[in-house]
Amino acid sequence: LSRRLASFFHGRPHLQVGTLLAAPMGWLAIGYLGSLAVLLIAAFWSVDPLSGEIVHNLGIENFETLVNEPVYRHIIQRTVVVAALVTVTDAVLAFPIAFYMAKVASRRGKAILVVAVLLPLWSSYLVKVYAWRTMLSAGGVINWALAPLGLHGPGFGVTAVWLVMSYLWLPYMVLPIYAGLERIPNSLISASEDLGASPFTTFRRVILPLSFPAVIAGSIFTFALTLGDYITPKLVSNDQFIGNVIANNISTDLPFASALALVPIVVMVAYLLVARKLGAFEHV
Amino acid sequence: MLLLAGCGSSDNGSSTNSNELQKLGKGEGQVNLISWAGYVEPEWTKPFEQETGCKVNDKVAGTSDEMVQLMRTGQYDGVSASGNATARLVDGGDVSPVNVSLVPNYKTIFSDLKNQPYNTFEGVHYGIPHGRGANLLMWNSENVKPAPDSWNVILDPKLAAKYSGKISAYDDPIYIADAAVYLKYHQPDLKIESPYELNEEQFEAAVNLLEEQRPYVGEYWSDAAKQISAFAGGDSEVGTTWQYQYFALKGEGKPVAASPASQGFLPKEGATGWSDTWMISSKAQHPNCMYMWMNYIVSPKANAEVAEFFGEAPAQSLACAQTADKEFCSKYHAEEPAFWKRVYYWETPLADCGNGSSDCKDYNDWVKAWTSIKG
Repeated sequence: LSRRLASFFHGRPHLQVGTLLAAPMGWLAIGYLGSLAVLLIAAFWSVDPLSGEIVHNLGIENFETLVNEPVYRHIIQRTVVVAALVTVTDAVLAFPIAFYMAKVASRRGKAILVVAVLLPLWSSYLVKVYAWRTMLSAGGVINWALAPLGLHGPGFGVTAVWLVMSYLWLPYMVLPIYAGLERIPNSLISASEDLGASPFTTFRRVILPLSFPAVIAGSIFTFALTLGDYITPKLVSNDQFIGNVIANNISTDLPFASALALVPIVVMVAYLLVARKLGAFEHV
Repeated sequence: MLLLAGCGSSDNGSSTNSNELQKLGKGEGQVNLISWAGYVEPEWTKPFEQETGCKVNDKVAGTSDEMVQLMRTGQYDGVSASGNATARLVDGGDVSPVNVSLVPNYKTIFSDLKNQPYNTFEGVHYGIPHGRGANLLMWNSENVKPAPDSWNVILDPKLAAKYSGKISAYDDPIYIADAAVYLKYHQPDLKIESPYELNEEQFEAAVNLLEEQRPYVGEYWSDAAKQISAFAGGDSEVGTTWQYQYFALKGEGKPVAASPASQGFLPKEGATGWSDTWMISSKAQHPNCMYMWMNYIVSPKANAEVAEFFGEAPAQSLACAQTADKEFCSKYHAEEPAFWKRVYYWETPLADCGNGSSDCKDYNDWVKAWTSIKG
């Protein structure tokens, strides 16, 4: 049979590729895009106030609530602002690390640094957040270290969420930038120097434009991960993020939760469009 | 409450005794459960499996909402439902009545757990009581003085301001009932009967109270570990807790206290609490094994084990003789009906107020209000 199959596929390259890709493409279409479509439709349904059952009539009440109730506007605003802050923080922290890894460190040092960046990803997410919780607590190590200076730490709150998220997602920013910088030939940097550019000019005119797509790639990770997370806010603050409200509503008002779940998707699409405008995908 | 059950599920046929099991047959070889973390553990499921041949497959759920959702899939035989899930399950036709004559250990269950509004509907038993607990007021005995005797220390804005940033509150819409218990005592003109059946005016008063409390809350806790670490680390000093956290912190030698015996162990307003019930799915594929499980889990030895493991009062009166810690039942007030009389067990808020009018706020309203309170 296998021989017959082989001769059947021989000379039919389109069929070969099609068969090979059928399973993953089917998964993408049904499992991924299909569930997104259901989410989109569910956002227009509503819940019968008496029985709590879902009513399959299309309407836009859920979106009206989202726009008209100030509490949801605040929560969306808070989530997007923190996501942006985390992204900027990670980009600023990650760039020097990635640059050192790609251009300065020895081969051995490079390997050690890559492992060091990856190492936190090997431990559980919850362990890391709980560790931060202990450090940020009133009697924690941050307050203890700042006490001699007459200062105290941020405690639990939005600042804590920003700190913890910046820590959690840093590797997702370092690795793409590192990969992007690796691909810039050293000869370009030497050429820039030979032509009389100062190190700053070289950085601004040569390195930054060439590594920009990598920074955007990293920022997509950090931004999207922050938009979707709801456990960190729960553990180190009292403030609700989009994910928390979705989790609260999912069993009593699924349509409303779906409408809210569309918000991060819309924000992400807008973000990607802006990134494309800035030319982030041109050199990829 | 049951009026609603009648209209809501009329298409599924009314829930009468006709669909309850009449005679226990042979075990089907396995049973699929949904439980709270700590209710189904190998220490007591192994002996059950050996005894009955029913293999136990357990799915742990984190919240009552999740339990209701899982039960609606129809893939499970039974669930350890709290009172804020039971009415929803009965209303939805997801569970069947339980024939208690097939559960011999039911006879010796504490009588004040039987025929309660969250496990018996229109005189029909819908489950076997498993255990119960109360939400206590706990405080740091070094920093909170004088020792409070009322929830006003965290709910009256004037007093709460004193512990601003150190107050610990439960992170769940059902916490609105705690405010209602407080208002029932302090504002009798609101005429609150049950903290779970609130009309517009009563509901608004409770929500306002929690909005005033919001700026003083240091932390809303949802899991026990989070609250234990907050009290141990000094982030929280006074707030609502479960008996489990209180004894865990005491065991660590932390300076915590809760209402003393002179106040009946509860703040003067009383408190909210929970009482869990094993229910059987209306679509159960292994009903015989489920009945055997319901009987087993309230057998004196197993019920003592699970109560001690979880940190709550057992439902089985004979369990108190079987606990490893001989003080256990007195610590958790298992045998004191006077204590439990002042506990308002969690129920599902429904639009139907139980008095014929249906202008009460339902659970969806509670969820939305809770989002606004937290901001």
